Amino acid sequence: MSKIKVLMFGWEFPPFKSGGLGTACHDLTKGLAQEDVKVTFVMPHAPNGANAKFVKLIGTNALAKNVNIKTVDSPLTPYMNESTYEQHLSNGGKNNAIYGKNLILEVKRYTALAEHVARNEEHDIIHAHDWMTYQAAIKAKRASKKPLVVHLHATEFDRTGGHPDPRISHIEYEGLNAADVVITNSEFSKKNILTHYKIPANKIKVVHWGIDEENIPKGTYKAANENIVLFLGRVTIQKGPDYFIETAKKVLEYEPNTTFVIAGDGDMLPRIINRTAELGIANNVIFTGALRGDDVHKAFKTAKLYVMPSVSEPFGLVALESIKNGTPVLLSKTSGVSEVVQNALKADFWDIDSMTNKIVSVLRHSALREDLSTNAKQESAKFTLREPARKVKEIYETLRKH
Amino acid sequence: MTNVCLYFQVHQPYRVRRYTLFDIGKNSQYFDTEKNKEVLHKVAKKCYIPATRVILDLIKKNPDFKVAYSISGTAIEQFQEHSPETLELFQELSDSDRVEFLNETYYHSLSALYDKDEFSQQVKQHQKIVKKLFGQKPTVFRNTELIYNNEIAKTVQSLGYKAILAEGWDGVLGWRSPNYVYKASGTKLNLLLKNYKLSDDIAFRFSDKKWNGWPLTTEKFASWVAPIPGDSVNLFMDYETFGEHQWADTGIFNFLRHLPSALRKHNIGFSHPSELAAIDAKDELDIHHPLSWADVERDTSAWLGNKMQQSAASTIFKLKNEVLASGNASLIDSWKKLTTSDHFYYMCTKWFNDGDVHKYFSPYETPYEAYIAYMNIVQDIQHQLKMSKPKLFSSFTKYLKEVSA
Repeated sequence: MSKIKVLMFGWEFPPFKSGGLGTACHDLTKGLAQEDVKVTFVMPHAPNGANAKFVKLIGTNALAKNVNIKTVDSPLTPYMNESTYEQHLSNGGKNNAIYGKNLILEVKRYTALAEHVARNEEHDIIHAHDWMTYQAAIKAKRASKKPLVVHLHATEFDRTGGHPDPRISHIEYEGLNAADVVITNSEFSKKNILTHYKIPANKIKVVHWGIDEENIPKGTYKAANENIVLFLGRVTIQKGPDYFIETAKKVLEYEPNTTFVIAGDGDMLPRIINRTAELGIANNVIFTGALRGDDVHKAFKTAKLYVMPSVSEPFGLVALESIKNGTPVLLSKTSGVSEVVQNALKADFWDIDSMTNKIVSVLRHSALREDLSTNAKQESAKFTLREPARKVKEIYETLRKH
Repeated sequence: MTNVCLYFQVHQPYRVRRYTLFDIGKNSQYFDTEKNKEVLHKVAKKCYIPATRVILDLIKKNPDFKVAYSISGTAIEQFQEHSPETLELFQELSDSDRVEFLNETYYHSLSALYDKDEFSQQVKQHQKIVKKLFGQKPTVFRNTELIYNNEIAKTVQSLGYKAILAEGWDGVLGWRSPNYVYKASGTKLNLLLKNYKLSDDIAFRFSDKKWNGWPLTTEKFASWVAPIPGDSVNLFMDYETFGEHQWADTGIFNFLRHLPSALRKHNIGFSHPSELAAIDAKDELDIHHPLSWADVERDTSAWLGNKMQQSAASTIFKLKNEVLASGNASLIDSWKKLTTSDHFYYMCTKWFNDGDVHKYFSPYETPYEAYIAYMNIVQDIQHQLKMSKPKLFSSFTKYLKEVSA
């Protein structure tokens, strides 16, 4: 059999942000390249856009040989919504005149360009990551008649805490409908999709994520205060930063010498900062903004606990990054990662008492921290980058035979 | 030709409830009364009552049949409270001279490894209740989970026992057979070793269809025992094997019912542990590192293998003097119940990834939650101790200091 050739509609290659969709696309592509699958990777990239940090690909042999990057001039980034898109546009002034006036129009424009780019690329399979790429993928499928894999990392319901933009959920539905196979990151996420969208359950395949350990530095770091509890992720309704802050208030009643670090950016940030002041805990909360590169690892290594209070988290790759950095994790039960990691503390995101109980215990007992850290690290050895790639390749192979 | 010695362990702990940070200093109800009652009812119905009826029947019908039990104090207390019927059946057993009771620590605790005095106290407490309820003064001792080494043997001898039970583990036996009676090094105690292969054939593998011994009939089992030379084949196991670990529909009760007659066909008789205590030992066993009957390691790692377990156990035992000095009866009672080995077992992370047997027996979702609840309770005890220190007394000692200075 000849090599499988995949036309992939993805994001950020290589990723400039930890966790998230960019990392997922990059890691999957890297894994597939190592599995000797050829990938043509189409992604939005604007010279002045929020995605402009794109660096020319310098990778391992397998990457250079098997991956071909095609960029389309568009400022889209995977977590934009209507208001963040427009805000971005107005910040750019005249340079942005060529782009769509609103998010949906820009996605439409991107779709047309991406489809054009893709038309000349030979492929056996089409693979698209999240809603903004679905329309381009559907068009490519119509043109080439090749099987379509739709990868759903987060639904519009996840991102908006259950208040979807109907235009976006409609596009999502079209993508799911047109797909030959839908890949999702967890059983939790599969169940969510089936709750919101009427598609056959047997079309959905669960592929749990893994993580590349190469990038994790070995060293240890110390912060001024040793009692750090970390939130790291987009400060949006999906990630539950509001529950984190309410929990912080309660923890401080028992362990006043604790610092809560919120590492991330997002549309809820102003509200969270306000709430921190309202609760009178501003002196114990640090906002770092979004962290990149080694700063992410430093944030993990200086923390006693990473808390992921997500309202709805299809997977939660960041939790694996924390574990690989040796930092214990407290995971919301509504997350994909909590269904695969045993050596973690778990709570409902709304259960502030339960989270407080666990956080205070972690702060008080070094034995708990050490056992969680050692055992989770040991366990995480099985969450590699190759494993999901292997499973995805299997899905490709079955599709190609039909 | 050999004899078999049957000993069954009966134990139920006082499981603690999900005691949280918010309970500390406010609530001293540590134990999950509902859950404990529920488990006790369930196990009594599935195992204790039907199994003991079978044993009573066997005693009536088989003049040579003998059996030994050890029932922890925490189990006895819970029978008194939630299942008097179970206790009455055990008392009925004790009327026969063919049922022997052993002693252990009242609280089925890890005290042997942490505090010799507390250990002796708990053994004496168990002697009392066994004497009172079953009218016996045991001469054979079994320690929690068969945890054993030379040191423990010495303490047990000083308490007046003639023999002690231990695991017949190859790691310490080497070429020697577990089916002979040994001497515990540095003591006059006889050491009775569990034949773990034959015991576990019943306790663990009985219903395992992938096991090449399946299905295990009494005839097959007796034919395995028959050719074994030695003083006694010691079949030691949890009583819960009958009906709880091996469910009734596996045929385990029929197995029990027919075992004595099948053994008799091969001229195999029964021994009591106290009879084996009187035999001349062939050899001495020198065991330093604590041995137990749990897991493949046969060490204490099921209870003390990780940092949480070690920190929880050492913290609770360190509180002893203060707790006893408080004179607070209910606090002392709670503290003793917290020395039970099961609490530490629930914190075990060995094999946790594979979700094995440890998980089945734990009332907690994870070992970490078990530790959190336990340590919150420990903090409440510390809080109670701080509160109960008489202020007058402390100012008086301060006054004395000032006077003497």
